This record gives sequence, structure tokens and C-alpha cells, in this order.
Amino acid sequence: MKEPLIDAHAHFLWDGCGRADWREVNAARFRAGERMGITCHVASMLGTFGFTSPTYFPSPADLTAGNDAMLALCRKHGTLVRMLVTVNPNHTTRARNEIKRCAAKGAVGIKLAASRRADDPLLDPICTLAAKLGLPILHHIWQHRRREWPNQEISDGADLARLAERHPKATFILAHIGGGGDYMHSYAAIRDVPNIVADTSGSGVDRGMLDEAVAALGSQRLLWGSDITMETGLAKLRALANTGLSSDEDLKDIRWRNAARVFRLKTPNVRKPKPKAARS
Amino acid sequence: MIDTNALIGPYPFRYVPHPDPDVLLRVLDREELEAAWVGHLPSAFHRDPTEGNAELYTAIATHAKRLLPVPTIRPDWPHWERGLEAADAAGAPAVRAYPAHWQLAPDDPRMKELAIACGEAGTALILTVRFEDVRQRHPLDVAGDLQPSAVRALARAGNGVRLIVTAAGKDFIEEVHWGLTPPEQKRVFWDFSWVWGPPEDHLAKLFTTVGSGRFVYGTHWPLRLAQNPAANLELLPQALSRAKLADPRRLFTG
Repeated sequence: MKEPLIDAHAHFLWDGCGRADWREVNAARFRAGERMGITCHVASMLGTFGFTSPTYFPSPADLTAGNDAMLALCRKHGTLVRMLVTVNPNHTTRARNEIKRCAAKGAVGIKLAASRRADDPLLDPICTLAAKLGLPILHHIWQHRRREWPNQEISDGADLARLAERHPKATFILAHIGGGGDYMHSYAAIRDVPNIVADTSGSGVDRGMLDEAVAALGSQRLLWGSDITMETGLAKLRALANTGLSSDEDLKDIRWRNAARVFRLKTPNVRKPKPKAARS
Repeated sequence: MIDTNALIGPYPFRYVPHPDPDVLLRVLDREELEAAWVGHLPSAFHRDPTEGNAELYTAIATHAKRLLPVPTIRPDWPHWERGLEAADAAGAPAVRAYPAHWQLAPDDPRMKELAIACGEAGTALILTVRFEDVRQRHPLDVAGDLQPSAVRALARAGNGVRLIVTAAGKDFIEEVHWGLTPPEQKRVFWDFSWVWGPPEDHLAKLFTTVGSGRFVYGTHWPLRLAQNPAANLELLPQALSRAKLADPRRLFTG
């Protein structure tokens, strides 16, 4: 049996996205995933990705439609595709109902984009529910928020840390350390908040990014992922072996075992790793 | 394969691990790359690049077979022609210029003079669209990205011009390529260190439309992982798996 590889941060498109090439984009993800050895794409759809409501401020109707499309994709592909239910915390009751609806149909986590700052009290009812259901929250993050940026209400590692400290029984995934901004700020912000893990996805492939992540967080708080640039995911996968800090067991943790633990996926030979001390 | 976009030396805005020639050689071995065209990263930020160029020549002199110098030439600096002559004497296959960092306008005539002089010397001119993602830049790093209009202006400067544009994305490449006549297009080569692969398949689209023969291999080391361009090629659709890149040693003869 081949070594599992779980992409903890993936997206698929659907026909509501207003893109004529949505099937080709999805096919390309599967094509590349097969070549890379991805055994599970943990994915979400952010509403209509801007077609009928903004990507980072999706309307409740768009979210439900996108989540339905994601559920359909999961049904079609079995264990190769697992789903994060995407919600907008500005519509709190609807968000909670949507989480319950999709969790009952197999969602393995929650995706929060950038519709509300991470430390806003409006997120608390969602986090409470997430902890109750055992669903991790993947939160879109801008690595070090120095100002506002258009089209999203961005959060950074410090914002997420404040939320995570209020909800110690919930698990949070800091999205895409390579997704833009200063990842070193994120490492410092979340290092002492053990219920936050980070995913390695994003287009950024800075040398030093992975070494510092492993050093600051430890290999058991990192989840490998690609987001919307799979070649950078593959490059990081190869570079992990050169960090000089990862044993084969550490690499397995980052490749799939941490994701299997966080998303509660049934995969072969999943062990519960003992926490290791990160670099002080 | 030759890495046309490698640098040595520290970066002023963040720590970059081991930006040294010895480490670069090990990276070339690991990535199975034949050689690298090597620039001097700090020189992009110096007022006068002369001393940085001297440092570059010295640093890689003992590895001359695999590390070829790409000095920096600043055409708004007095006697820049001497730097170009020195580059030629040192066997430099290319020189680098950073007009955005030097606040030279896209149509600055001094950049055109440099491009033409490089062409006459049989030397490629390497331009860098960006060192880092705009979202992560240090507050003091205010140079901004190189603009497509600057590349178009240089590509139109003369028949002998040969440009290698590094760290451009798909939109940038398309804007320049389709904004040039076919003869002008042949003067411009691109590295794909900043072009996305699947699922959007930007590299595959560019290989199909612009042509893989307009692209050279470049890693953007030591700022970016050297594994990235190889991963990008590896994930191309099957139909493009044998796409041939341009040979940077034949930019003037191909």
C-alpha cells in the first residue's frame, strides 16, 4: 500500500462559479494529485468564488449551493475527496445549521474565509459547535496583518490565537503559511497556542519558510497542503526532506498523520503521536 | 539544464539561509542542474554596483565551470559601459538590471541604451519582476514590481536585444508577449519561477499559447525553493511532457 498523502487545503470549482472551464480545473487537480500521490483532497468551495457574491464574503445562499456541490463531489469520489463546510459567521444561526447539515452528511471540518475578523465574538457560537462536533476549523489567514486589504476582512495569526485561546477544546488550522504575508509573524503568534496547527499551502515557496515552521511549531503541528498552486505543494513536499529537522516519522506526520488525526480520517496505521517540544 | 535565475548574497529585508556559492553548488547537484547564471543579490540595492560585482567575481571564481557571473549594470551611473566591458571580459553570459529599484521610468532611454549595448556584446539582459510576493514585503521595500510596459519598451529597442524576464506571472507574460510584433517577441525569454501550475495550469497554458521555446529554466534561488520549477514541469499535462525549453546558451543564435 502506498504511503498516504493528505492535502489539507484544497478547493474545487462547480458550475455555479461562472467559469466555463470549471471541469478542466477540477480535472487538473485530480491529474496532478494522482501524479503527486495524493490519497485524499480535503477541500472546500467558497460559495460561487465571486460570481454571485464575493469569495470572502459569500452569501448564505451561495454557501449552501457550494456546500451541496462539495457534498456531491464527495459522493462521487468516495474517500479521495473529503469536505470542509464553508460558512459566513455574519449569518450565525444559518452558519450553525449549515455546519450541522453538512456534518451529518460527512463533512470533516469547517472552513472560515475572511468575512469577519477571527477574534470577533460572532465566531464564538461556531467554535462552540465545532468543539462539540469534533470538527476542526480551517481559517483563512493573512500572515501578519499590517493594514486592511480589499475584498476581505483579513485575520492574522495573532487574531486566530485570541480565538483559539477562548476555545481550547476546538482545533484550528492556520491556513496557508505560503499564502502571503510574513509567516514568521504567524509562527511567533501561534507557537504557544497548542490547539492551532498550520497548513503549508500557498504559492509562496520561500527558502526558510518550512525550516522555521518545523522549528517553531514542531512537525506534529504542520499539515501539508497545496491550496490553488499544486506545484508549490510538490516543491514543499520535496523540500521538507531537506529541512534537516524531519525524520521519516516527522515527514509522515506532516504528509498525512497529523491531518488524519485533526480531521479524524480513517487511514491505515494512524498512530496518535506524542507531542514534542518545539524550539523555544 | 541551466538555472538562469540564481543569486548569491544576503537579502536586506529578511533572513535568507545560506545564500552562498558552495551551497548553490550542492543545490545544483541535488536538482541535477548543469550550471547556474549567478547574480549578486545585494547589488540590486546598492547605489553603485561596482563593488558588488567585484565581490561576485571573486566569490564564484573557483567554481567557474558551473557558476557563471551575471553582474549588475546600472545605466544611470557614470561609466556604466566599463562595467559591461568587464562583464564581457569575465565571460558573463548576461547582466542584470533593476529599473524599478532605481526608479527608472518604463521608457527610460538609458535602459534602452543598456539593452542595445548588451545586444551588441552578445550578452543577455536579465530583468526581475519581483524578489518577493507583494503581500509580504518589508515596509521599507517600496520599489514595486517591474511593469510590463518596461519590458515592451526594451523589447522594441532594437533587433539585437535579448531579454530574460524572471519572476513574472501569466498575466504579465501574456500582456508583454501579445503586445509585441513576432520579431519583437523573439527577443524576450521568460523564466517560470513565478508561474502557477495545476489546477489553474498557467504554465501549461503559456507553453501552448506563447510556446515553451520562449521559456528558460530559473529557480529564483536563494529566495525561493529550487525544487519549484522542476515540480512545475513534472505536473504538466501529459501532452506537454516533452515540451522543450530554450537553451540559454543560444539566445542569440536560435
